[in-house]
Amino acid sequence: MHLFPDSRTGAVLNSDVFAPWDDPQAKPLIQFQNVTKRFGDFTAIDTLSLDIFEREFFALLGPSGCGKTTMMRMLAGFETPTEGHILLGGQDIDPIPPNKRAVNMMFQSYALFPHLSIWENIAFGLRRDKMPKPDLEARVEEMLRLTRLEQFARRKPHQISGGQRQRVALARSLAKAPKLLLLDEPLGALDKKLRQDTQFELMDIQEKTGTTFVIVTHDQEEAMTVASRVAVMDQGKLMQVATPDKIYETPNSVYVADFIGDVNIIQGRATANGGETFQIDWAEGQAPLTATSASGISTGQTCHLAIRPEKVAISAERPADAINAVQGKVLDIAYLGNLSTYHVELPNGTIIKAQTANTRRISRRSFTWEDPVWLSWTATAAVLLAD
Amino acid sequence: MRRALLIAVPYVWLLALFLVPFFIVLKISLSDSVLAIPPYAPKLDLSQGWAGIREFFAALDLENFVWLTEDALYWKAYLSSVKIALISTILTLIVGYPIAYGMARAPVEWRPTLMMLVILPFWTSFLIRVYAWMGILSNEGFLNQFLLWTGIIAEPLTILNTQKAVYIGIVYTYLPFMILPIYSALERMDESLIEAAEDLGCSRVQAFWLVTIPLSRPGIIAGCFLVMIPVIGEFVIPSLLGGSGTLMIGKVLWEEFFANRDWPVASAVAVVLLLILVIPIVLFQRNQQKQTEAEQ
Repeated sequence: MHLFPDSRTGAVLNSDVFAPWDDPQAKPLIQFQNVTKRFGDFTAIDTLSLDIFEREFFALLGPSGCGKTTMMRMLAGFETPTEGHILLGGQDIDPIPPNKRAVNMMFQSYALFPHLSIWENIAFGLRRDKMPKPDLEARVEEMLRLTRLEQFARRKPHQISGGQRQRVALARSLAKAPKLLLLDEPLGALDKKLRQDTQFELMDIQEKTGTTFVIVTHDQEEAMTVASRVAVMDQGKLMQVATPDKIYETPNSVYVADFIGDVNIIQGRATANGGETFQIDWAEGQAPLTATSASGISTGQTCHLAIRPEKVAISAERPADAINAVQGKVLDIAYLGNLSTYHVELPNGTIIKAQTANTRRISRRSFTWEDPVWLSWTATAAVLLAD
Repeated sequence: MRRALLIAVPYVWLLALFLVPFFIVLKISLSDSVLAIPPYAPKLDLSQGWAGIREFFAALDLENFVWLTEDALYWKAYLSSVKIALISTILTLIVGYPIAYGMARAPVEWRPTLMMLVILPFWTSFLIRVYAWMGILSNEGFLNQFLLWTGIIAEPLTILNTQKAVYIGIVYTYLPFMILPIYSALERMDESLIEAAEDLGCSRVQAFWLVTIPLSRPGIIAGCFLVMIPVIGEFVIPSLLGGSGTLMIGKVLWEEFFANRDWPVASAVAVVLLLILVIPIVLFQRNQQKQTEAEQ
C-alpha cells in the first residue's frame, strides 16, 4: 500500500491512505466495460469489467496465456476489443490508434532503437510532438536525471548493461508524460537482485511522477511489492481485484489462494457453529477443524480451507490452548536460509506445510526428518472458501 | 606455427588468384602491341641475366594509358558504365526493397519458399536467361505480342537493342543480390520496435522511415554495392540486349581484346576499371566492418 503526503491526496477524502477504489465518488481513469477479445475461436478476454484509478500502480497478474498481455495491448491500442468498450478519462478510446493515445508502453524487450543514442531514444516521442528544442532538451535531461542515466546519454543501446537499458526504456516511455504508463514484464530480463532494487526504483518513480502505472507480470512477488492493487487473472477472466494484503490474506477462491504464495488447501464439509464460526469435517478419524468466515456458508456445504504455512505452528507437544491441532511426522524440510518449510504427513496421507523462521542455528534445529510433531493454528488463521 | 600456416592460407590465395594475375595484366598494359603470339612486347628473357631484366623494364612505358585519355571513346565508355550502374542500382533497389520487405513480413513458414523462389533462377544458365529476355523483348517478342493482343499499344515497342533492355536485363539478373542482404537485415528486426515507434507517436509511414529504413540501411548499402560493382564491368547484358548503341566499358574491353587483338590497350582499360572499382569496394568493406562492430 502506498501512503501519500497530505498534499497529494486531494482526490481521496478524509484519509491518508491512497484508496480511490473504496471511494464511490472517485472517477476511474480507465474503465473496461464488458470487454471481450477473441482471436479466431480463442477467447483471450471474456466479458471483463474493471476500473483503474488515477495514480494507481495496478498489477495484472496471472500465468502465461491468461490474457494479461492482451489487456495491455488493448490499452496501448495494438488490439481492439471484439465486444465492449475501454474508456480512458471517460472517453471511448477504441477508435484511437496507438500513436494518438495519451498512453505509453514499456516493452518487455525494451524495444530501444538500436540506431539511436540513449538521448535520441528518449527524445524520440517528444520529437514526434514537434516540441520546441529548448523544452525538448530540458525534458530529456530531466528524464536522464530521473533514471540516473546522465553519463550514458551519448551511448548506443548495445553499449550499456541490461539494467541501464531497462531504465532507458522507462525514461523513453515516461518522457511524453503519458496519462497512463503500461509496463509489460518490465523486470523480466533482470537477475533477481537487480530486480528487487529496480522494483523499489519503479515505485519511487511512480510516486514522483504521479503517473498511473499498469504493470503486467507473472511474478506474484513483484506484483505484491510494487502494486497498489493486484488483479489476478485466469483464462481471460478476473479472479480477484484487491490490494496485495487482501489478495494474500483473504483470497476469494482456491485459485487465487493457490496462485499467490504457498498454501495448504484442505477440503471438507462445513457445519455452522454459531456466529461466524464453522466446524469443518475433513477426514475420517480426525477432529473437525474450526474456522471463521464472514461470508455465508450453509451447513453441509463442501468448502475449502486455505491456510498459509507461516500461520501453522509446529511443536513437539500438543499446544494446550490450540483450537486446531493435528499430529503427523516430518516428511521433508525445505531449508531456505531465513525460513524452513516443514512438510508434515498426517496419518491419512495429507501433507501440510508449516513454515518457521530460522531464529536459531541450523545445528540446533528442534525437528528433523521422521520426527512426530504437532501442527496447530488459530480459528482465524485459515480462510474458508465456499466451493 | 600452425597459426601462421592458417593465416597463410588466405594470403597465398590472394597472392595466387589476385595479385599475380593483376601484375601480369599491369605488365601487359605497359607493353607495346606487336603482331606476334602473344601479341605484345617486350617479353621477359631471363636467359640474358641482369641485362635482360634491365632491357625489359626499359621497354615498358605508360603509352597505353596516355592513349586512353586521348581517345574520347574510353572515358565516355567509363562514364556511361558508371551512369548505367548507378541508375540500374537505384532501379534494383526500388524493385528489390518491397520484395525483401514482403518476404520479411510473410508468415515464418512461407519464408523458406519465398527465399527459394528468389534463388531459383540461379539454377539456370545466366546466358540462357539473357537469351530468353531477347525472346521476350524483341519486336515480335512475347511482351509486344501480349501488349498488342490486349490493345494497350497499336505499334510494337522497340525495347531490344536499347538502353531500356539493358536496364531490364540488369535489374532482373542482379535482383537477388539486392533482395538477400536487405531481407536478412529486415528479418532480424524486432517487430516490437515498430510498435514502440507507433506508441511514441509515429504513424505507420513515419515508423517505416524512422525505424525500418535506418535499421535496414546496412542491408541496403550491401545490396547496392553487390549490384553496382559487377554492373560497372558488365559485358554480357549490354552486348546481348543493348545493341550497338549502348556504350559500356566491358564491351570496349572485349572488343579491344578480341576484335582489335590489342592486348596492351585492353589491359590498360582493365587496370583503370579496377582502380575505379576500388573506391566502391573499399566503401563496401567499411560498411561490412561497421556492421559487424555494431553487432558485437
